[in-house]
Amino acid sequence: MSWFIANFNYIVVVILMMTGLFIIFSSANLIRRMIGLALFQSSTGLFYISLSKVSGGTAAIVVPPDSAEARALAAQLDPAYVAAFGVKGVVYANPLPHVLILTAIVVGVATLAVGLAIAVRVREAYGTVEAPEIDDLGRSVTEGPENGR
Amino acid sequence: MIGLETLYVAPASLVAHAPILAIVIPLLGACAAGLSPGGRSAWMICVATAVFTAWMSLATACEVMRQDAVVYVLGGFQPPLGITLRVDAIGALLGLLISVVGLLAAVVSGHSLVAEIRKEKHSLFLSGFLLCQAGLIGIVYTGDAFNAFVCLEISSIGTYALVASGGASDRRALPAAFNYLILGTIGATFYVIGIGFIYGATGTLNMVDMAARLAAHGQSAPVHAGFAFIMVGLGIKAAMFPLHGWLPGAYAYAPSLITLLLAATATKTAIYLMARFLFEVFPDGAAASEVFLTWILGPLAAAGLIVCSLQAIFEQDIRRALAFSSVAQVGFILLGFAVGGDQGLSASLFFVVAHGLIKGVLFMALGGLTIGIRARRIVDFAGIGRDAPWTVLAFSVGAASLVGTPLTMGFLAKWQMIEAALAGERYWIAAVMVAGSALTLLYVGRILEVMMFREPAPGAPRAKEAPAGVILPALVLGGISIWFGVDSSLPGQLSVAGAAGLFGVRP
Repeated sequence: MSWFIANFNYIVVVILMMTGLFIIFSSANLIRRMIGLALFQSSTGLFYISLSKVSGGTAAIVVPPDSAEARALAAQLDPAYVAAFGVKGVVYANPLPHVLILTAIVVGVATLAVGLAIAVRVREAYGTVEAPEIDDLGRSVTEGPENGR
Repeated sequence: MIGLETLYVAPASLVAHAPILAIVIPLLGACAAGLSPGGRSAWMICVATAVFTAWMSLATACEVMRQDAVVYVLGGFQPPLGITLRVDAIGALLGLLISVVGLLAAVVSGHSLVAEIRKEKHSLFLSGFLLCQAGLIGIVYTGDAFNAFVCLEISSIGTYALVASGGASDRRALPAAFNYLILGTIGATFYVIGIGFIYGATGTLNMVDMAARLAAHGQSAPVHAGFAFIMVGLGIKAAMFPLHGWLPGAYAYAPSLITLLLAATATKTAIYLMARFLFEVFPDGAAASEVFLTWILGPLAAAGLIVCSLQAIFEQDIRRALAFSSVAQVGFILLGFAVGGDQGLSASLFFVVAHGLIKGVLFMALGGLTIGIRARRIVDFAGIGRDAPWTVLAFSVGAASLVGTPLTMGFLAKWQMIEAALAGERYWIAAVMVAGSALTLLYVGRILEVMMFREPAPGAPRAKEAPAGVILPALVLGGISIWFGVDSSLPGQLSVAGAAGLFGVRP
């Protein structure tokens, strides 16, 4: 049980990732596949955020040392933990993965936007966003100018 | 050594910032081209940017030759904490390839775009093209694993949109682009997950630092998991068999200019990153990469080389045939990785450049031939050699180099590969390479036979000679591939130095 609680975030990451991948490969609908992709990408977000967690760490916004707030935060730490790692003052979460995943989220949003835009164009050109129907239409037109703009 | 140093003159102030300028200027150029009112002005901006980028990458390459590796610290944050650009010999070589092919493609785009893209979209198209260039150069210049992901996605998002822009003339480009986007994004996300694992294990993103810390800490389960994620992710991007499903569609239906860019440079940068991780970041001799090379990469690459060459032989659509050929040649390159060692790696890196140039010429000439006519099937090109001799000449130069005719770069590349395989006593790999080369001869020979000796079908649309603005760049690119076939000192030295560099980082 304690293993489950300790690894809860990572278990959720794996479930999200697999759900996303499953949706991508099992759906015929282009929009659903984009949703699967978004889910798959957001699992990375959770993964990175879990990675950055430091026990007892607070948000990585510098608290002025020796302020009342810093003392209050330091007092919340487990004494055994402080002794074991020789912690002095406030403990922060690792900010770097936060920044990384912020970038990855931006990249993900851009990908999503492009993907949905392509889905719109597919619908304009084929009149459907279902992959099997698109395949059929694609095969029936082998040569010559096609519609689309 | 041909005097590369004499080829350029650049003020010291520019040279000092050349690596970052080669990335930032195309980015700014992309904005300018996108905002410019007409296609013509966008094209001028595009060409000017491409010229400047090529100049800067040449300056960087010269610096690399002088002092081994150029490290450019971004924003004044010292490594390993700050992001750095670290250009070594192989990065410089690929940077040159990307920027030179990009420059020629930019020149060609003046003609090839007109038929394929609506006029009011030209400036946006060229903007995407420059964005892609910036991302590709970023990948080969950066020394930061996460920064490489960002650059990978900058270039990929550009190419998704550009492949989809082929939908204006052939709607099948749209589903192909969608497929490419889905698989490409899965690949990139796998890469990010892998980087997360490695970051969790080492606490660093700087590739050199990562290598040192991995060597010091040894292997662990997270490191192995990260390694696997990174390899699968980059395998998708590099179109490694059997992860190449996105490639034939994307190559076949994209505008010819984009096929040229994809084939010559985009998959090559993923292969480059793969080499970087396999040989520099993950210590060799360690369980993970050794097992991967021997039991997974080698057999898959061999299967890809044979299977996709056969598919290319039986393919009716000329661009799909060349696309399958690309997957097969990727197999060839990865076989070189499987051979391993300095020799195998440097042969692979040489092959990467050779194949980039070859596919550049082939798709450039093909794009030129199809400007006037809608031809897709190989039989549509019957007898075209008489109507468009110069374009077909350029195509033939590329084809000869692809087959590996002596005096071409393709010959040297294959020769070095097979030599490395024999020296490494991997006889089955050498046998597969020879078989793959023989199959290459079959599909290339079939295309050339149709082009040169068949009578065109009566009433078929006759191709015209491509405009000089296409033939000249194609011949220049073909000429480079022959020049390097005769005097390979420039790519040869850089790839040998590059391989030594990848191996030499380790303590």
